[in-house]
Amino acid sequence: MRREHVLTTKELSRSDIEAVLDRAVDIARDPPDRSQYEDTILALLFFEPSTRTKMSFDTAMKRLGGTTVDLGPVGSSSVTKGESLADTVRVIEGYADGIVLRHPSEGAAKMASEFVDVPLINAGDGAGHHPTQTLLDLYTIRENVGFDDLSIGIMGDLKYGRTVHSLSHALTKLDARQHFISPESLRLPRSVRYDLHEAGANVREHTEIEDVLSSLDVLYVTRIQRERFHDENEYRKVAGQYHITPDLLEGADDDLIVMHPLPRVDEIAPDVDETAHAKYFQQAHNGVPVRMALLDLLLGGANK
Amino acid sequence: MTDHPTDNDRELRVSKIENGTVIDHVPGGQALKVLAILDIDGSTGETVSIGMNIPSEKLGRKDIVKVESRELSQNEVDVISLIAPDASINIIREFDVIEKSRVDRPATVTDVIACPNRNCITTQSEPVVSKFDVVDDGVRCIYCDTIVRDDLAEHIQTG
Repeated sequence: MRREHVLTTKELSRSDIEAVLDRAVDIARDPPDRSQYEDTILALLFFEPSTRTKMSFDTAMKRLGGTTVDLGPVGSSSVTKGESLADTVRVIEGYADGIVLRHPSEGAAKMASEFVDVPLINAGDGAGHHPTQTLLDLYTIRENVGFDDLSIGIMGDLKYGRTVHSLSHALTKLDARQHFISPESLRLPRSVRYDLHEAGANVREHTEIEDVLSSLDVLYVTRIQRERFHDENEYRKVAGQYHITPDLLEGADDDLIVMHPLPRVDEIAPDVDETAHAKYFQQAHNGVPVRMALLDLLLGGANK
Repeated sequence: MTDHPTDNDRELRVSKIENGTVIDHVPGGQALKVLAILDIDGSTGETVSIGMNIPSEKLGRKDIVKVESRELSQNEVDVISLIAPDASINIIREFDVIEKSRVDRPATVTDVIACPNRNCITTQSEPVVSKFDVVDDGVRCIYCDTIVRDDLAEHIQTG
């Protein structure tokens, strides 16, 4: 894999994906020599609050032997002085060897990438894409159930869920049946359905989890994002509609894994954590080796 | 002599123009959108003739737009092609058609459509112009992926 930027999973081939996952396996077993990254600086530009994505990139860079710089709280940054994102990234590229960008606007990473020469990684652009989340999702899927003849249910907020959009695009590169489970009002957006159709993806849409649960290898649950709703009543209509419990999972295959990009609210009952189905914390932990692998492939290491 | 009127006969329902452009084979009911693309709202004095929902052998129903004393830019033709892929553009001088061409859908359109997604980066104060890929029956923002189909004309950046 040799790319300038990582903006969406649409542009990643299966071999690109497998190159990152294979490198992550190697790195988890045998981390690269830290000395090769002692002069490497990664800029973390998070224009939206983030805990785990930002921390896992920070950890990944430091575990490789490099350092990070960041904007600090958005409220105290140049953004409040009215500086454009284009200007911000043009300044920061002079400081760092790579940029990780999270921004509330869709297309922000794509636009920012047009203004910089250092590698830029999209860490979430509004309701658009979140490709590195997908890479760690796929790492978790591969190590638990493999990629062959995969049947995956993706449930919750499919309309605004950027992790869902990135995952569904990536799954078109695999031999996967995708079952989308959501309230009618939170179905996949037109653009994603268009891409899945164009890719010839094997896709079904459902409103009830019980209709499909028994056929799944993976159940990928997402949070209904309250902050995306302009009308509280609309949120209440769909919030709590899906609630995964140990009783519900009695109807699933024994080997089913339950995943979630976290944070969760009430989509998954806490006592599911104690079952063998729960993989969401393992999934979160996988963020570090996967992001180490991606940084290694983009910033040096494997390319040096 | 034929018992049935031809498309040419029907076009006579809309008066001939001396100089300007005739946009023919616009899908029935889309003429006002063509005017919107051309930024014609009647306030600037152009002489415009419109025929709407005229029976057509090719389209079933078609619209015709005739604009006096104006020839279209390539950009305008590109955008018209998005809502009227079968349209023909006839340049008229001294009442004669001196040039007739079919519209050709471009692969992309740049800086002519405002992205309707209020959260798209192109709608923020950034030094970037909108750019859309032309897809099956609409356009798609290359930044935020939003697909615009039915209400395309409403998002044309005029002026």
